[in-house]
Order: sequence, then C-alpha cells, then structure tokens
Amino acid sequence: MRDVAIVAAGMTPFGELWHASLRDLCVEAAMEALKNAKTDQVDALFVGNMSGGQFVGQEHLGPLFADQLGMSGVAAMRVESACASGGTALRAAFAEIASGLSETALVVGVEKMTDATDVTEILATAADQENEVYHGITFPGLYALIARAHMQAYGTTEEDLSWVSVKNHKQGALNPKAQFRREVTVEEVMSSSMVSDPLRLLHCSPVSDGAAAVLLCPLKEAKKYTDRPVKILASGLATDSMALADRRELASLDAVERSARKAYKMAGMGPQNMQVAEVHDCFAIAEICCVEALGLVEKGKAGSAARTGYTALGGCIPVNTSGGLKSKGHPVGATGVAQAIEIFEQLREEAGERQVEGARIGLTQNMGGSGASSVVHIFQKV
Amino acid sequence: MPSPRYWREVPSRYRLEAARCLGCGKVAFPARRVCPHCRGERWENTALSQQGKIITATVVRVAPAEFTMEAPYAVAVVETPEGARLMAQVADCDPATVQPGMEVSLEFRLLRQEGHGGILCYGHKAVPAG
Ligand SMILES: [Zn+2]
Repeated sequence: MRDVAIVAAGMTPFGELWHASLRDLCVEAAMEALKNAKTDQVDALFVGNMSGGQFVGQEHLGPLFADQLGMSGVAAMRVESACASGGTALRAAFAEIASGLSETALVVGVEKMTDATDVTEILATAADQENEVYHGITFPGLYALIARAHMQAYGTTEEDLSWVSVKNHKQGALNPKAQFRREVTVEEVMSSSMVSDPLRLLHCSPVSDGAAAVLLCPLKEAKKYTDRPVKILASGLATDSMALADRRELASLDAVERSARKAYKMAGMGPQNMQVAEVHDCFAIAEICCVEALGLVEKGKAGSAARTGYTALGGCIPVNTSGGLKSKGHPVGATGVAQAIEIFEQLREEAGERQVEGARIGLTQNMGGSGASSVVHIFQKV
Repeated sequence: MPSPRYWREVPSRYRLEAARCLGCGKVAFPARRVCPHCRGERWENTALSQQGKIITATVVRVAPAEFTMEAPYAVAVVETPEGARLMAQVADCDPATVQPGMEVSLEFRLLRQEGHGGILCYGHKAVPAG
C-alpha cells in the first residue's frame, strides 16, 4: 500500500441553509477544496451521504455531483453507512489511493436535511425497522437506552451528560463554521425540554445542512498541491449488531472499540499517542461511550471527563475542538469528512482559537446508527 | 405493510416465535438463518416466555408521527428467561416509573395504525408483572 495524504479541504458553514440545495452544498465544499489544491482534475469522486433519497428524493449522487462539478466521465460513487457515511467514504477514497487505483480522489460528505418534514422517521431508518422502529423507538430513544445502561453500570449522572454539551458548545463558539456559536450553561442544558429520558434537547445534536470535502493523493505527490500535507496513518472500520437488544453490553459500543483497535494496530500506536480527537457526539452519552471505547478515557470513568476538563481544550486529550456534532451541527453524511477537516486544520496549525498547541497526531471517529458501524482514522503532521 | 411485509413478521410478533441454535444453545429472536454467536445454521424452534426483566428503559416524549397520539410512552429492552432480548413498549403504568430490573409480562396488544388506510399493527407490549 502507498502512503496517502490529505492535501486540501473545503467546507460550507453548517446550519439551516435555506438558500442552498443538496447540489449547491456539494459544489461549494468541493470547489473550495479543489481551489485550495489549485487543481480542477480528479481521478475519482466519493460521496458520503446517508439519505438523499429520503431527505430530498435524490439518489444516484455520484454522477449528479460529477456532472455539477463539470467532471462528467470521472469515476464516482456514493458510500452509505448512515451517520458514518462521510467517514466511510473517506476510507473508500483512502483505499483507492493506497491501492494505486487512482492518483487523486475527492471525498465529499453532504446532507440536506431541512427540506424534509419527517426527519425523525428518516433518521430512524438507520435502526432496525422490523424490530426496533416498529415499536415506536426514535434515535434519541436508542441513545437514551444506552445512557440509562451507562448510568446503571457506572453511576454516570444527568449532570455528567450536560457537561459534555457545555464543553462542546464552548469549543464550537470558537468555530466560524459551527451552527451554534454560543456557549450554554449546565443549568440551561438541564432545564431544556426532555426528548427521551434522560436525554434533553441540549444533549442532542441538531438537524443541519452542510457539506465537507477533502482531496487525497499519494503522500509522495502531495507537495504538488500543498506544502503542508497531512498523512492518513490508519483507517479502521467495524460493525456490531444492528439492534441494540442484541449487543454484548448496552453501555459499551463494541463497533467503536473494534474500529479503534484496527486503526491503532495499523498506525503502530495506541490511545496514549493521540493529541486531539473528533468523536461522534450525536448525543452527549455517545461522546462518553466513544471516548471510553477509543481508550482515551478509562472504561466507566468518562462521565466526569468533560466536567473536569480532561477532554476539553487545554486538557489531557481535547475532544471535539470543532464543537462536535452538538455545536458545529450534524448534517449526517458530511459529519465524518468535517471531523477529518478539523484534525487536518489542527495538524496544520490552522485552527485559530481552537488550536491544540503542538498537535502532531489526531484521530477521528464517526459512527452509524446506534453504534452498529464505526470508522476511525488516525492522522499525522508531515 | 398490510401486505407481505406485515404477515412475514407475524410468527415473531404474534407468537414470540424464536429459534435455539443447536451449535451454541443461544436463542435468536426473531429466528434467523445464521447464528450471530457461532455462525451455525441448525436450529430448533422455540417460543419465548411471555415474561421478562427490563434491562434498560426510556420514555419517548418526542415521538414519530404514527405514535404522537400515544406519547409519552416507555420503551425498554426486555430479557426473557430464555436469554433473548427484545425491544418493547411498556404499558399500563406511569412511564416514568419504568426502570432497569423491573419484572414484566409480555402481552399481545395493538401497537399502532399504519398509513392512510389505518392498517392495524399488532405485537407484544410489556406490562408490570403481578
Ligand atoms: Zn450458535
């Protein structure tokens, strides 16, 4: 396998972008990445998208976006793994370059959610339709079931959950691309309306529109496009049972642990080597379970990690410096690519007020459904 | 889902039909072709007991369109004595009182009406035991 680098990135702001269509979002992010690399040619286009078909009635996104980018003829495909679609598309592009199949690959993660009226139902298609959704469960409901199990097993509290939101909003307030650029207090979080006990509105990521794009090429060609490439050291993808009821343990996310183990092995590193991480905080409990599964915080101890500052900017392992899904926004298919962009910027020292000083190694973790799929990437400053 | 999609699921939804793997002894609910634990393909039919214990629970307050009339309602993961786990609503009690460890029985109930035709969808709900 060849070494692979990210050489350029482009990203729309995340939020309720009423003026922009699905294709507008894709084109904006992709053109920014291409302009930053000073190129207008790619060999392959990978689209990360959960459900264009249900959100806006549009499938077949590979050729649509190739056409919109003036690249008709190029190899193009869409990659789907629910909310992990973006990270999984990045992995597909990584394999495309590492294998020698293509010399350049553009990854665009995109979701247009605000045109749809039944977002709750569409998101629920990432759960088991026949055995979970049939009984009236929702996505916040599934993570609420995980939260209750974590509380039961480790004594995690509603206040612990709330500190995750407080931390991520504080960091997101520093991100010009974030949907919610404002801080919240623990009191505000704990008095926001209950969605699915014990998860309140401010424990949940929002409905968002947005797109994020990165350009990949072999590391040895990277200087053609930038003087500061970021190497992709490793990619790990893993799965778990689709239905929550079939999990080994409800307070653990085994797909996350498996995907991390694969990535750490490939990188020849462990969690102790990570200096900054973007993890999938679709709900506050998800960040707690993910940092445990990634080994960034000891199992059962992550409840207090946001409150004590261990996972905050300036702490031992800053998590979600971008604001995470909670504050930055969560256009599902775009999220995994946007996570990679945050680490790309951190390792290039372009993160401004969010900069983790001296960061050379960073990690992203992007998750699908209630944790049935997870993809981890590890990046290194070159 | 009036329809083949509905009646295909009837054995598990109406009668809690499951399958015990002859390779590892674990029970799969609903029945499936390949055992998720040992990848065995030989099974014996079994039915779940109409009782169990709650492993984890929540109260859904913001519900999908077809369930909005019923919100708030409790949903739980229930483990039966056979070791199978399933998702079910918990009825006939204050949803806020549904907690891990609670003993329940599984009763045949109307779950929802689907689509414009109002197709009646049945299955099991958990209710506090005793
Ligand atoms: Zn078996």
